[in-house]
Amino acid sequence: MKNTPVQLHVITRIVAFIILAFSVFLFFAGHNNPGGGFIGGLMTAAALVLLYLSFDLKTIKRVIPFNYSKIIGAGLLIAILTGIVGMLFGFPFLTQFDEYYHIPLLGETHAASALPFDLGIYLVVVGFTLLVILTVAEDDS
Amino acid sequence: MNNLVILPILIPLLMGVILIFFKDSKSVQRTVSVISVGLMIAVSAYLTYIVYTEGIQTTELGDWPAPFGIVLVADLLSSSLVALSSLLSLVCLFFAYQTFSAERERNFFHPFFLFLMVGVNGSFLTGDLFNLFVFFEVMLISSFILISMGSKQYQLRESLKYVIINTVSSMFFVAAIAYIYGVTGTLNMADLAVKIGELEQTGVISVIAVLFLFVFGTKSAIFPLYYWLPHSYFAPPAAIAALFGGLLTKVGVYTIMRTYTLIFPHDQTVFQILLIFGGLTMFIGVLGAVSQFDFKRILAVHIVSQVGYMIMGIGIFTPLAIAGTFYFLAHNIIVKSALFLFAGVAEKITGTSHLKQMSGLLKTHPYVGWLFLITALSLAGIPPLSGFFGKFALIIAGFDAGNYFVIAVSLATGVLTLFSMMKIFMTSFWGEVKMPDPQAKDKKVGSLLIPILPLVALTILLGVAAEPFMQFSLELAEQLMDPSEYINSVLNKE
Repeated sequence: MKNTPVQLHVITRIVAFIILAFSVFLFFAGHNNPGGGFIGGLMTAAALVLLYLSFDLKTIKRVIPFNYSKIIGAGLLIAILTGIVGMLFGFPFLTQFDEYYHIPLLGETHAASALPFDLGIYLVVVGFTLLVILTVAEDDS
Repeated sequence: MNNLVILPILIPLLMGVILIFFKDSKSVQRTVSVISVGLMIAVSAYLTYIVYTEGIQTTELGDWPAPFGIVLVADLLSSSLVALSSLLSLVCLFFAYQTFSAERERNFFHPFFLFLMVGVNGSFLTGDLFNLFVFFEVMLISSFILISMGSKQYQLRESLKYVIINTVSSMFFVAAIAYIYGVTGTLNMADLAVKIGELEQTGVISVIAVLFLFVFGTKSAIFPLYYWLPHSYFAPPAAIAALFGGLLTKVGVYTIMRTYTLIFPHDQTVFQILLIFGGLTMFIGVLGAVSQFDFKRILAVHIVSQVGYMIMGIGIFTPLAIAGTFYFLAHNIIVKSALFLFAGVAEKITGTSHLKQMSGLLKTHPYVGWLFLITALSLAGIPPLSGFFGKFALIIAGFDAGNYFVIAVSLATGVLTLFSMMKIFMTSFWGEVKMPDPQAKDKKVGSLLIPILPLVALTILLGVAAEPFMQFSLELAEQLMDPSEYINSVLNKE
């Protein structure tokens, strides 16, 4: 590309990180407040798609060398295993557990087994969104 | 509460996910698939045994109590269908190993095969209407992928129709679920059965019942909604066509059986509609089969006709008719898949599936011919094979209930079924040896026949030892006709 869109590059570099940070916030806000794995994953995917859009496919592939179908697999695996853990103790599949812990610096923390499940969802959503968008984009060339 | 109920869903799901990581290793994919399907068979057989001896088993997912959370319920009908479908999937898997190209296996065939089983087993086991929709979608999305895999032009065109029709019916499914939720305020099937039994107004319930009939009728291909089936089941290779022909429409029939015995048993008009459409489905389906001259197409159109018998059985709605319906359903899962696999074998030998281009298979490959004849006669309902006893129970039940007209139609359909099966046998197996492929005579297909053998053995066994199987079906039918045991075990009432 001859004309490098400088403004786009500069803004993307800043904005992408803001979006990524917000997506992490949304992810942790989940299961008690609006947020969670699905919406957090979509937000992360949006940040990454922005990167793909402003820089070209090859550059970003060098920076983020992940195989998205494997990310989907990893996410599904985490989510299913979270459900199975409860079964090992004689509870039904997908039973969730939660407990309040006091952690230094963070204060009173709510630890729930819904969080790893949400992490699975997060990975599936990120992987799926990017896989679809990139497959369609690559098909064009 | 029994976690055993979730295992037939969980095993293929977990294994399918693990297989995503081993996309390129053929041996890992094959071993893991076979192990997981084997486990599924073992678990579901054990589950059926537990249900038979100890009564209905349930799991409340996430430990949420029954009408609020999602319940999985294994009664005799669902657990025995899970066992049958697991067995069938193993057969199709072994057949696929010998017929599929390496490239097809690399493109996520195994994960989606297992996800399809997740959807099928889940649809059989769930006790929640919305969860049923979700498992339908799991099943359909996997089937979209399996049916379009290979990307031949014909295949893509037909699978597009399949996708669109199924998506439209899924939309109606959600709409019907919304209506029933609006009327009763619950989606748990046992809770629905109680609430709808208490409701006075029948008009709205009839509308909802017919809407569900439209949805499940599209999935199970009953008369005026069957037009998508013959083409789309013709498109994929034999192993996948056998799995689809054996299972997917039967899941639709199962849901009709489940919802109409449990949720809408009070509505006489709907059962009249079922009787009429059952008769039309079987007769028009068999006329389609008689007019075809292609091995796989005849079988695909026959699925429609066979579904008609089951719909008729549900329409008659007496314990004997429901028992006959189940017997026929089980028989059909076994025999229809076996026939599709025979079509695959014949295509492998001759290179074509058109009847007029092949003949004399009996001279070159006698075992294929005789085994096919047994299965074809079973489909047509010749004693002592399994097809006879299913139809026999249905017809006796129909006479008892006084539905003479639909019984006459079903008998005429039986004759035409025999005719179309004999047409395949006479044109492609009898006569002079004539095949488009000159090397066809020397092709060895013994290893292809081995996966089909258990199915042929089962159809003989179901026929010769009909007494215990019919006893089992009658017990199953009693459980369906009196839903109080189902309702009590789901809602934890003693």
